[in-house]
Amino acid sequence: MSRLLRQPAAILGIILLLLLGLGALLAGPVEGWLGADSESLDLMSMLLPPSLSHPLGTDELGRDMLARLLRGGQVSLLVGLLTAAAAAVLGTLVGLTAGLRGGWADALLMRLTDGVIALPLLPLLIVLGALDPAKLGLPPDWFRSESAGLIRIVIIIALVGWTTVARLVRAATRSLMQQDFIRAAQALGVPPGRMMLRHLLPNVATPIIVATSLSVGNIILLESALSFLGLGVQPPMASWGNMLTGALQQLFTAPMLAVWPGSLIFLTVLSFNLLGDGLQEALDPRGQ
Amino acid sequence: MARHLAFRLLQGALLLLIMSVLVYGLMGLMPGDPIELMAAGSPSMTPEDVARLKAVYGVDQPLLTRYGHWLASALSGDLGYSRLSARPVAETLAGPLGRSAGLMAGSLTLALLLALPAGVWAALRQGRFADHALNLAAFAAISLPVFWLGLLLIILFAVTLSWFPASGVETVGGSSGLLDHLWHMVLPVSALALASFGHYLRYMRSAMIAALRENWIRTARAKGLSTFQVVLRHSLRNALIPVTTVLALDVGALFSGVLVTETVFAYPGMGKLIFDAVMGNDYNLALAALLLATGLTLLGSLLADILQSLLDPRVKFG
Repeated sequence: MSRLLRQPAAILGIILLLLLGLGALLAGPVEGWLGADSESLDLMSMLLPPSLSHPLGTDELGRDMLARLLRGGQVSLLVGLLTAAAAAVLGTLVGLTAGLRGGWADALLMRLTDGVIALPLLPLLIVLGALDPAKLGLPPDWFRSESAGLIRIVIIIALVGWTTVARLVRAATRSLMQQDFIRAAQALGVPPGRMMLRHLLPNVATPIIVATSLSVGNIILLESALSFLGLGVQPPMASWGNMLTGALQQLFTAPMLAVWPGSLIFLTVLSFNLLGDGLQEALDPRGQ
Repeated sequence: MARHLAFRLLQGALLLLIMSVLVYGLMGLMPGDPIELMAAGSPSMTPEDVARLKAVYGVDQPLLTRYGHWLASALSGDLGYSRLSARPVAETLAGPLGRSAGLMAGSLTLALLLALPAGVWAALRQGRFADHALNLAAFAAISLPVFWLGLLLIILFAVTLSWFPASGVETVGGSSGLLDHLWHMVLPVSALALASFGHYLRYMRSAMIAALRENWIRTARAKGLSTFQVVLRHSLRNALIPVTTVLALDVGALFSGVLVTETVFAYPGMGKLIFDAVMGNDYNLALAALLLATGLTLLGSLLADILQSLLDPRVKFG
């Protein structure tokens, strides 16, 4: 921790993230204070300039810009963190299994990983994003709810995002398997599940933490790109990506609509990248 | 070498096959149904007509049989008809593929022209001000969403300054010469190049730092070679080996970038094509386009392997 706090860039990242997180937490209170929520339309006050009642003005449908930016922040941070966590769990499971089992299981899982890495990411995400949940046999009331929309994005990005962690964990596990304490545990007949949790996982935690923190930024970029294309977070729910879709139509009349959400995506991704880089430097100095 | 190459090609073919099964299966799970779309378009259609249409298009058959038919004709070179453009798929793909390739080539060239000298400079000034400044710039470039960068370029250069057109490939109704096409490429290419600049700079910098640490560099310096000679002839040539590899592996990422950028600039390339095909239930077209994208990415990683063994005799291919 102290090695992390010795790097000015990492500190900048942490401070920015705290501010962005605070903004996301304050979305509800700010809506109350403005007397406008992020999703209610007001066609009488479209594209207003900043004023006291709308500190950042309104968008093309008369919704308060500040409220939407804060709500969009909640979505982006939530999706980024949840997806990174889901991808880390999936990747760790694959990596640990491959490393522990070895042999054909290892070969099979690693070819699978290579295959997923070789896939063109965004075209595949477009296909996955366009799937109709009804044809997958999911109950209609469930997938129309807001939380289901978010879970859908988390799942489709996590499905392609686990490969880096899997490779790192597998490599670390392979080298651990040669060490005496693991061989001793094997000789004692420790079952595989316990072996993974008690002996392997604590020793492969560093690469998992570093890779996961570096992945959050990328995930937020992917989420915003998908939402921008109309396949991620669905309106009326605000996300920085789908706010830019609306802004694209108004570029000539209201360019500021495009400036705000994009700046926040940029700052968030930058902060996560700075933090991840700092963690890498602090936890694994040879990794550079 | 030949054996390994054959193995890699086989592996790639297998992956393409798996991808085609996967995408073919997923296409059926998209909202909407092309036959029902047609039926809805002409109210005079009877249920019998619909059934006959389904038989004509073969959609009354089980999924696996349909896939088998598709695969057999695809392997014989017939990718089928595109529903949206009402033309053969191969014909529909050609134009957009060329335009996307143009964007990719242009942005790759521009990004390398900026990033390689900057990376070398940062490595030579390691730990000094120029290095820190360039590192920060690289970080900023990596964190930029490429489609937002496109929007900003439109606001600045098309809306405010009106130097460049905001969208499209050519001036409507005006002169449509080569110059006009290049003119329309300036903004999308710049957005893409700036977005990949950061990655390339970081690759170049770390490769160059590693190369400058080698013993032969000390020998070259000790022989009294000028810094210019040491940097250009000895370290740069070695540093370019890992950079080439990473670049070839990056083809997939570049393609994804092109995809979103085209949406921003309303540029009718592969990105728009894939998006429209997926959204418009144009199965044949979407399938072919996605497999083409996968093939490109695979080719990139194969190229990375081959290049590395060609450039660095110590690395044996295989």
